[in-house]
Amino acid sequence: MAQIASITLLHNDDARPIIEAILADNPGVRVLNMPGAVKLDRDDELVINRASVEERLGRSWEPQEIQLVLISMAGNLDEDDDHFTLSWKH
Amino acid sequence: MAPKKLGLKQRYAHMTRGLDWETSYQPMDAVYPFDSFEGIKIKDWSAWEDPFRLTMDAYWKFQGEKERKLYAVLDAFAQNNGQTGISDARYANVLKLFLTGVSPLEYQAHRGFAFAGRHLRGVGPRVACQMQSLDELRHVQTQIHTISHYNKYFDGISEFRHMHDRVWYLSVPKSFFDDARSAGPFEYMIAIGFAFEYVLTNLLFVPFMSGAAYNGDMSTVTFGFSAQSDESRHMTLGIEVIKFLLEQHPDNLPIVQKWVDKWFWRGHRVLGLVAMMMDYMLPKPVMSWKEAWEIYFTEAGGSLFTDLARYGLKVPKYADVATAEAEHISHQNWAIFYQYTHAAGFHTWMPDKAHLDWLSEKYPNTFDKYYRPRWEMWAEMEKQGKRFYNNALPQLCQTCQIPMGYTEPGDPTTIAFRCSEVDGETYHFCSDGCKDIFDGEPEKYAQSWLPVHQIFQGNCGGATVPDVLNWYRMNVGADNMDYVGSPDEKLWNEWHAGKVRDAV
Ligand SMILES: [Fe+2]
Ligand SMILES: [Fe+2]
Ligand SMILES: [Zn+2]
Repeated sequence: MAQIASITLLHNDDARPIIEAILADNPGVRVLNMPGAVKLDRDDELVINRASVEERLGRSWEPQEIQLVLISMAGNLDEDDDHFTLSWKH
Repeated sequence: MAPKKLGLKQRYAHMTRGLDWETSYQPMDAVYPFDSFEGIKIKDWSAWEDPFRLTMDAYWKFQGEKERKLYAVLDAFAQNNGQTGISDARYANVLKLFLTGVSPLEYQAHRGFAFAGRHLRGVGPRVACQMQSLDELRHVQTQIHTISHYNKYFDGISEFRHMHDRVWYLSVPKSFFDDARSAGPFEYMIAIGFAFEYVLTNLLFVPFMSGAAYNGDMSTVTFGFSAQSDESRHMTLGIEVIKFLLEQHPDNLPIVQKWVDKWFWRGHRVLGLVAMMMDYMLPKPVMSWKEAWEIYFTEAGGSLFTDLARYGLKVPKYADVATAEAEHISHQNWAIFYQYTHAAGFHTWMPDKAHLDWLSEKYPNTFDKYYRPRWEMWAEMEKQGKRFYNNALPQLCQTCQIPMGYTEPGDPTTIAFRCSEVDGETYHFCSDGCKDIFDGEPEKYAQSWLPVHQIFQGNCGGATVPDVLNWYRMNVGADNMDYVGSPDEKLWNEWHAGKVRDAV
């Protein structure tokens, strides 16, 4: 069975550009809508790119800002200035 | 030229490392007396990683922002009388159970992480534990603030703190945390940081809070998801601690495995209360406990334990039993509370036809066969004026402290009983998981404060049920008994009649 990298975000305006960036940058991502929240799953790895979020948001954005809309996640986290990655790869 | 801004990784390194020192007035082992007796071996504390790389300045900034957003919602909810817009007044009962059973655990987590942070000698985990300790304090405060609004209208809320230390079923979550906090700092980190936060907390906060949103409780979903944003950090700390311990020394593996087995089972038993909240207490259910278990344990836990297998760590013992129990646990718990509604600080009810049909659909293997007929019989007895109460005090499991109402694995018509004998005394258990935990530390669990034993020993206000309820500070006739006929129901019907009148 594939290992699932996953992130759950608030379903609100602040999170929308991040959700859109995830959908664009992660082929094969699966979406589970729940009241108030959205869970995004992908086999092995899921990436949030700073540049993709900024493009949609129209301002500069730091990956740490994700904390304001984050509900849950699964996978080993690697966070840096330009990305926020959840992965089971080694 | 202006100096170049440091990157996130460099900033984090500068602000968390090199801040501690080797003590000279006292030996380090005297300053950190608790981080060796558990047998955990640490060779290099600096190998600790905090993937969030959150420094204290960024922490205050983000937490301040989260608080502003949360309190804006709480204000709006109160100003607009949000309590009148929930799906049904039955919903308020999940808040009663949450505030009496879960919120005090947030406070216990606050104290536990303050302790672990003080007693782990590496600076990386100390910083992470300190932030988590503050987060947990924020969680208990925001939960009390949120639910205090409901306390203006609904019963069963005002004595939550007093009740937490006394009421029979609240000893289940309370003793869970007492157990963790009276362990050493490493076991505490595996118990709460790893097993609870990483493996199990999603089951509490994600589908259940989504359920709050679906039932019109904007204030609870907001504190729930606000807390959960901190939980993501806590989960990361939990996974970090287990990797760190397993990487530091091969001798750590059997110790860690034993803790993972123990705390998975302890957590599973406590979360049975949440199973019941999701399947029975949300008037508009969102996701069954079984579905939540599949997503958050089978699928997410599967990915996690596949990853940890490289260290030799195995899936927790009895994970298969817990998964099989996901078909039964919410029903068996609701049956217990229904029978003891006279001694519970929230209301119970038999589900209506639509809700029964939902349960039949969600539990095709078990509900129609084992539970629906019982509910229909009890509903029929209510109609005939013979509502069923269980007036005997139940035998409790010595480990999880839940009444011994669970059934044998693979045989839902036989109650499971296990026992162990220590120093001529017999101790009883609901399951192999609880028996194993006791057998591993009998000197600890032999001292458990079991509510039923305490009542019989005369330590709970008196010998009769009214004496005990009085000692609980239960407002009899308002806090306890069925929803139907309660003051909560009367109030709700008045609000509702008012709305219909205004609309005409
Ligand atoms: Fe918390
Ligand atoms: Fe937490
Ligand atoms: Zn038990």
